[in-house]
Amino acid sequence: MSTVDRELQDTIPEFKKDKGGAQTVDITNLSAMSGALGSIRSWAEVGAILLVAVVIVGGAELLLRLLEVPQYILPTPSQTVTALVTDFPLLAPHIGVTLTELGVGFAIGAAIGFVLAAVITQFPFVEKIVAPYILVLVTTPMLALVPLLILRFGFGLEPRIIAVALASGPMVMINSATGFRRTDLAKIALARSFGASTLQIFLKIRIPMAMPMVIVGLMIGSIFGLLTAVGAEMVGGSSGLGNRLAYYSSLIQMPQFFACILILALIGISIYVLFFWIGKKWASWES
Amino acid sequence: MRANGTEGPAKLVVEHATKHYQTKSGTVRALEDYSMAVAPGELICVLGPSGCGKSTLLWAMAGLHGLTSGRVLLDGQPVTGPHPAIGMVFQEANLLPWRNLIKNIQLPFEIKRARPDQARIDRLLARVGLAGFEHKYPRELSGGMQQRASIVRSLSVDPEVLLMDEPFGALDAFTRDEMNLLLQEIWLETGKTIVFITHNIAEAVFLADRIMVMSPRPGRLANVFTVDLPRPRPISVTTEPHFFELVAAIKGSIDHGAGAAGHAAVELGL
Repeated sequence: MSTVDRELQDTIPEFKKDKGGAQTVDITNLSAMSGALGSIRSWAEVGAILLVAVVIVGGAELLLRLLEVPQYILPTPSQTVTALVTDFPLLAPHIGVTLTELGVGFAIGAAIGFVLAAVITQFPFVEKIVAPYILVLVTTPMLALVPLLILRFGFGLEPRIIAVALASGPMVMINSATGFRRTDLAKIALARSFGASTLQIFLKIRIPMAMPMVIVGLMIGSIFGLLTAVGAEMVGGSSGLGNRLAYYSSLIQMPQFFACILILALIGISIYVLFFWIGKKWASWES
Repeated sequence: MRANGTEGPAKLVVEHATKHYQTKSGTVRALEDYSMAVAPGELICVLGPSGCGKSTLLWAMAGLHGLTSGRVLLDGQPVTGPHPAIGMVFQEANLLPWRNLIKNIQLPFEIKRARPDQARIDRLLARVGLAGFEHKYPRELSGGMQQRASIVRSLSVDPEVLLMDEPFGALDAFTRDEMNLLLQEIWLETGKTIVFITHNIAEAVFLADRIMVMSPRPGRLANVFTVDLPRPRPISVTTEPHFFELVAAIKGSIDHGAGAAGHAAVELGL
């Protein structure tokens, strides 16, 4: 026979709906995500979206040719795509560098952010003390630290990985913490009534319950990580897509410059789609 | 006074249960000197208005929280925490929305690190008419189906005592009748000891051997009614004069006897 749960001991068994307040964080929640992707249902709608793309790209091509805009001011879409294809072997290693920084930095930042959120939300007092500092980390652009990090770690990948971790970690943490703060006492009581330990309640109730917000945090964190990676590459170093952007613009090689932007846009969209898919799989019960 | 006429050791005993909550606005006296003895196989309804301490009482019986004073005994042993022989059914089913039906029902086995008794689960699912819905998620099921699933979840680990906290409160009247009928059948088949909390007088009269009427703030035992309607009770029993008389008697006792601290047991031989 086990003992009484610390949390339930002095709790009046009234189950108010919607205690956590996660539903009120609506700028970033999953229904907002599904608003962008999930609402695409019919082929007609997909067709219409593609048609708009064709009109915009085709119109730009036509307009730039008709007005004879010089390539060094704005290349036509076809010139950009041509540059992307012909120069892809040159760009590929830089894509690899940017993705490595993003992947490693985000993995470190997200892991630390998630664990900190999980631990800190269990101790309301600690959370109150730590909260303002987390807010500082979230609101300060970590890009500002890059010159300092370069002084300490040189021009390799390390300063950029650290910057990515610093940018994405707090985002993951602040959103995960919102998720972990949603305590549904009825569900905790349910698990307790079957004799669940504190660890089991954490693994089987709290984590699944926090998942929708954790996934939102991962998505925002990874996008912030991408921004920071590219920014850090622009500031210093000799590799990565951010570095190529600075390089091509200094040489006024605008088709290559736009090819890099196209690649970055594709990476960003891929991240979004990835987390949308993860959210659909792991957090669809929310909506 | 036992409804089933048996004399012997009680299954579940509540002795002078008192629970005060310390809140920011002061002390909330939820439960005050509540005592009762539940015989093995008895179906007890605890009846009272919202906020009268019914759930507090049930949580204490389930070992989910402790008492300020008094104690709960199961087979003569004090209950100091969640007990494997005590199962709980919560308000509004309380299924985990991220798990499908079968994963929800297997939760207690996961927690106990035991292999799910699949044969028993299948039998129970078939019994409550949920066979074939194993892979549906709670949001895909009606309120009645969700509550049936939650009953299966509680019964799957074969507890001796079932504590039910206004399980059918959120259901419409028709589904509620259906569920009450089903619960009575399951109770007659399994012989579980059941403590059922409700604020619905008709529901209490339909289900109970004995009805414990509670007065609000602080929650005290105001009256005890014995319901001698023969079993099994069909839904049509709710339209019989005797049924109405019982409901009226209980209603009257609540209106006029709410302040009375006496434990006068009103016998109603019907």
